[in-house]
Amino acid sequence: MPINAFLLLAAFLFCTGLYGVLARRNAVLVLMSVELILNAVNINLVAFGTRFKGDMTGQVFALFVIAIAAAEVGVGLAIVLLIHRNKSSINVDELDSMKG
Amino acid sequence: MVAQNIAFGIMAALMAFCAIRVVTTDNLVRAALFLVGVLAGVAGIYILLAAEFVAAVQIIVYIGAVVVLFLFGIMLTKAQIGKAAHLTGDKWPIGLCIAVVMAGTLGYVLLKAFGNQKVDEGRTIGTSALVSDSIFGTYLIPFEVISILLLAALIGAIVLAKKD
Repeated sequence: MPINAFLLLAAFLFCTGLYGVLARRNAVLVLMSVELILNAVNINLVAFGTRFKGDMTGQVFALFVIAIAAAEVGVGLAIVLLIHRNKSSINVDELDSMKG
Repeated sequence: MVAQNIAFGIMAALMAFCAIRVVTTDNLVRAALFLVGVLAGVAGIYILLAAEFVAAVQIIVYIGAVVVLFLFGIMLTKAQIGKAAHLTGDKWPIGLCIAVVMAGTLGYVLLKAFGNQKVDEGRTIGTSALVSDSIFGTYLIPFEVISILLLAALIGAIVLAKKD
């Protein structure tokens, strides 16, 4: 199979996630879009990893990214929960208290 | 070969549909369920790329844990069940423009750089044994750092979310 099939699919996933991060206002949906982006990166890592016979580096890095994504979701959702408790809203457009 | 191409086409179509629905649906719980579709498709892509251990981890960690975390997040932020208004901002056309330009650039660069190259057909299957040899050999120190990071994230999440 052409390697481009996987890379273009990953590029599509990345751009969909990018649109979600930019357009969505609900913080939980923004985190979901970040997951789409991280999965796109993982597909790229595994696809490029197949080019080196017997070398598992690409897959090991994909596993590291999965672990970091899990940590990111845990902390991210805790922050979203805290914002909801303090402001009773998780609309990212309203979070401008650090605006100069 | 043909079977691989058909499987890839079905999974790619499913993933594209689900990914678009994740960022456009106006129902939070459905967005989480469409995310499951995308993540399952990614696991299938890993199988096609002969990365069976990563595919198993993808299903366990993402579909098993991360999506459940998202559902808890939706529940605890008292999101509206069913259709919710204003999940997408007013300036979504700008975001769409940026995403389309990005897709065009990436597509052009990828087609130019990897035009005829193929995924190695005699590729090594990423069994647990080979992957663990690599993790506990070459990448032992990064692996230990990751475990400390996970511990720190765990404690951080508890500290942030607990009520005083």
